[in-house]
This record gives sequence, C-alpha cells and structure tokens, in this order.
Amino acid sequence: MTSDARAASDGAPARPFPPGEYPVVVVGSGPGALQVSYELSRFGIEHAVISADAGPGGMFRKWPFFQRLLSWTKPYAPAERTSRAFERWDWNSLLAREPELRGLQLEFMDGTSDFPSRPDMERNLTAFAERAGIKVRYGCRWQATRREETAAGDRFVLETTEGEYRCRFAIFAVGVAEPYSPTVPGIELAVHYADTRAAETYAGKRLFIIGKQNSGFELASGLLQWASRISLSSPSPAKTSIETHTLVGVRARYVQPFEDAALGGGVDILAASLKGISKVPGGLRVDLERSDNAMPMSLEADEVISATGFTCPLLDLPSIGVATFGQSKLPAQTEYWESATVPGIYFAGTITQGSSGLKKHGIPSNSGAVHGHRYNGRLLVAHLAETAFDAVIERPAIAAGDLRDHLLAEATHAPELWHQKAYLASVVSLDGATGPRNEGIQPLSRFLDGEGPDAVAMTLEADGSGAIFPVLYVRRGNQTEEHPLEPDPLHDHEGPTYRRAVGQILERLSPSVPAA
Amino acid sequence: MATREEIADAIAGMAMFADLARPQLLGVASQFEEAFFPKGARILRQGLTGSGFFVILDGEADVVADGSKRATLARGDFFGEVSVLLGEPPIADIVATRPLRCIVLPGPGLEAFLVDHPRVTYRMLQAMARRLRGANPRR
Repeated sequence: MTSDARAASDGAPARPFPPGEYPVVVVGSGPGALQVSYELSRFGIEHAVISADAGPGGMFRKWPFFQRLLSWTKPYAPAERTSRAFERWDWNSLLAREPELRGLQLEFMDGTSDFPSRPDMERNLTAFAERAGIKVRYGCRWQATRREETAAGDRFVLETTEGEYRCRFAIFAVGVAEPYSPTVPGIELAVHYADTRAAETYAGKRLFIIGKQNSGFELASGLLQWASRISLSSPSPAKTSIETHTLVGVRARYVQPFEDAALGGGVDILAASLKGISKVPGGLRVDLERSDNAMPMSLEADEVISATGFTCPLLDLPSIGVATFGQSKLPAQTEYWESATVPGIYFAGTITQGSSGLKKHGIPSNSGAVHGHRYNGRLLVAHLAETAFDAVIERPAIAAGDLRDHLLAEATHAPELWHQKAYLASVVSLDGATGPRNEGIQPLSRFLDGEGPDAVAMTLEADGSGAIFPVLYVRRGNQTEEHPLEPDPLHDHEGPTYRRAVGQILERLSPSVPAA
Repeated sequence: MATREEIADAIAGMAMFADLARPQLLGVASQFEEAFFPKGARILRQGLTGSGFFVILDGEADVVADGSKRATLARGDFFGEVSVLLGEPPIADIVATRPLRCIVLPGPGLEAFLVDHPRVTYRMLQAMARRLRGANPRR
C-alpha cells in the first residue's frame, strides 16, 4: 500500500502531488519555493512542490543559530501595510496580490525588535503557505536527476524517496545550505556552524572561529558572555556593512566583537590563513600564516568552529550539464534564473544570487536574501508563463504626459528598485505607434542586452560611497545611454530638480513624449 | 572551479601572476571572485559605468567597439583595467564567444590591489605596453 493510500485509508488527508508527470516541479519549501508556487498558481500553471523537510520555512526552521534575523520589518513604516510601497520597509514577507496576504510578518513580531525572531519568521512563512493555499509534498526528498526524450518532448526526471517526477521545467529552490569547510589538515577536529551547540556549553572555553563573515561574527557575538577567549581568522581583513555601505560585510548587529577586540577584551580578529589543526595536551593547536608578512603563528583553543559558509546542494545537476562557479558552487544562470547551460532548469530563492547581474561598482544584488529573491521568483514565473504557457502579461498604457512622473514615482517608491539596486529596473516601452506602455519590472541586464522597441528603464543604484541615486537608461535603436541622477539626501526623487532632469532626457527622445 | 586553492592553481601559470609565491597566490584568490558567463553574454558594456577588472581563467571573449570586433581575449588575458584606472565607462563591449570563467575584482578595489602587488602591476604594464605596440606598429 502506498503512503497516499495508507493516509486515505486512515482517514488522514491525502498528501498532495504523488509521483508522476507535471508541467513544472518545484523542489523546496523555503521562501523561494513558496514564492514561485504562489506565482505559478496565480497564473494557473499546474505544478508539484516537493520538499525533504517536514514543513515550510527552509533554513528559517533552524537558523540563524541565535534565533534573530538580520532583516527588518518596520511596524510603523511610512506606508500602508497592504501597499506595494510597504515592501520597501518589510524584508521578510512574501509577495501577494491579495491585500490580506501582504505584509504578513507584521502579525508575527514580538515587539522587541524590528528584526523578527527566527520562530516569528517561520510562523510568517507557515501562515503564508496556509492562507495562500500552497500545497507541498513534505518528506519527499529529491535524490537524483536525469533527462529523458519522450514523444511529447524532453523531460527532466527527478528521482525522489517516493518515486519519479517528470516535468518540462524544474525549479530548484533548495537553498545554499550544504555546510562547506576548507580542506586543511585536521579540519575534522572542527565542527561546522551548522553543528554549533547550545551557547552555555561553550562556558569558559577558548574558541577559534574559522571565517570572518556574518556567521562567524554571529557566533562570536552570541558567545561573548560564555567563551573565555574568541579568535576569528580568515586571510582577508574583516569588513563591516557600515564601511561598505551595502549588505557586503559584517552586519551592524554583529559588530560588538570588533569593539571588544579593539579594547583588548579577549577577542582576536586575525588576518591569517589556516594551515592546520592538531590535537595537543589540553586542547587543540591552530596553525596559521599571517597575511601581512607570511610569518607562521599558532594558538591554542578548546573548540574550533568552521563558519566558512555553505554550498548549493545541487546533487547530480552538474552531471547533466549544470555549470557552477565560486566557492558556494552556485549554478551559472541567465538573467531569468534559468541554468545558463541546461535550458528548462530554473532556480529560485537564495540560489538566484548565481545570476549576478551587472554588479556595478562591485556591489552584488540582494538575491541571497528574501527581500531580494522574492522579486526574482515573481519575475521568473511571469517569464516562464509568457514564454512557455501562453500567458498574456498586461502592459498598461501610460499617458505620455504622465511618463516623467511615473518614472520618478518608481525611483522613489518601487520596492523592487530599492531592494535590487542596479539589478531590477522599472521599464516603459516607447513604441511610436502605441505610445508608452508599462513593461513592469525587468532584470536590468535583460533591458540592456535584450532587443526591443525604444524604451526607458529606471533603477536605483549605489556606488559604495553611501549615496543612493536614480539612474535612467534610454534604449534607442541599438544604443543604450545611461543617465545617473544626483542623489537626494532624503531619498525623495519626485522634486523639481528630478522633474527637470528627467524631463530634459525624455524631451530628446521623441516629440510624442512631453517633457513636463 | 571553486575554492581559493583551485583559483590559486588556475592563476599560477599566468604571466601576470608569474612572480607570486603560493601564499601570495592564495591571497590574490581570496580577493577576487569567480564569475561565469554563458556564450553570448556581455561582460562589459560600452559606455556604462561601474565595471570591474577581469582576468580570464577559461573561455574566449571578443572586444567589440561601436559594433566592430577589435580583438579576441582568452585564458590569461585581462580586461576592464582601462575603464577602472581612468574612472571612465568602458570604450568597448566584452562579449563571451564561448562559456567564460573569470576572476573579478570590483573597480573600487583595483588601486589598492595594484599598490599591494607591485610585481603584478609590473607584469600588467608589460602586457599593456605590448598592446600599445600592437596598436601602433612600426611603419
């Protein structure tokens, strides 16, 4: 008897999505998978969602280790909860068309911080899945993948613990969740961040943390009151997000160890590469090589924790041609998050950071976090719906006289532009025959590299100086122009200076586009 | 390709990094990021700001200025430095003609990198001098 039949005979509700053929199969049940399943359903695209987990939430079922997120939701934001503009102030809720499904995180805040606790985030995601009617076949682990030619066309076959799933399109939202540790002698004496124990068990211990990114400093911050000494090391100097003016670097929440180190308070922040770990009487010896002068140094510790990040659990996808890159083994992707080397395989959630976009001034997208990748998921599904499922996406006309103010409103309020700077753009096409049409949000690289009618695209961008400024791109024929606008210290891009600047750019475009 | 060690191995045989010992190669590998571009992708865009400095690990790319192909780049070649050094937008597109793996240093980090690695700077100047000579052949 199958588990489904058994459930039915027990009177329990049957589990959804038994093995079989579906147009689309989504793997995962974290925020990335929930967002794409929601979008697929709203387009009426039949799909199965399978997950090895027992419930929704993905990494938020366990992490962050110290149970408090790094992503804000502002309860008293200057925008109404169900509005699009509120998304700028809410990094944690998933996106929905229905007002009652928007800004859900607000329902699950404990009032102590604008950074929700981990359990509150898990409750937010669970509520979204329940209220949006997202079904998932939990406890169904994807194990292997192959391609199969059939009379109806090529199919991907996903082998799972419960049988085989066939599909034209597979969307993997499995996170960047496989613990990674460097290969140095004695690394087996270290535990990974993923296996960190309860904080009090480190009482009085000398702790060595490999890695100086957020996970390392999260542990250091949380263990300051427990450990007798904490040393963190990696080859490059540590950077903070305050210095980089971006999400690159250690977040402000975790800077206390920097102060302790500067004041000689039992924290060492070292720039050195790890050469090996060995057992010595009374503990572990950690051998390092200093980055500044290549001289050896060593220290003793009771425990070593490897906070060196995670890789993508892509299983055998590389063997069917999925190219990966970087230490996290992210799959190389197109601007619509399709594998760059295996068409038909898409990615959602944090893995979408593998579609890096322009990375202008070295600043990455925010696709590694919910507030960035939730938009990628929405755009991915709209693209798939339009290109493979004959969906018609509405592109409403914009009165020519409203174009300038529309673009400036987007530069001031569009959450997609705030969260995915120089990565997503608000696009208006300028076909001479039909007049301006709102093409909605698109990947900026698609706008710059794709063909199409004359068009304009508004983005928000940063250059690492701390300034945030709008940029208007103009596509005419095969030429693209970039028009950076001055930053406004209050981030209001709708004032007379901007109206004049954008008006002058539009004026040159077409006599059918009034400037002001 | 992925880890710091693998990137260090990959760049060890390149002229630009020929004077660096293993620990320095590892240091370089930890400062650059790896990037992958499918065939047809534009890596640099003529006239657009905010680019970086790229070194090709594997693959091939064309230099295309005003729609005309000017050169082909392959493993060990670098690009983007002129734009970053002058603080101006690139004067050509760089387009992958085969899948391209690069290591990338964001533009704002190039000055400190070159100052910290004078032997790399010297090798880079040699390569740029060769390009200059190639662009101005003796008549």
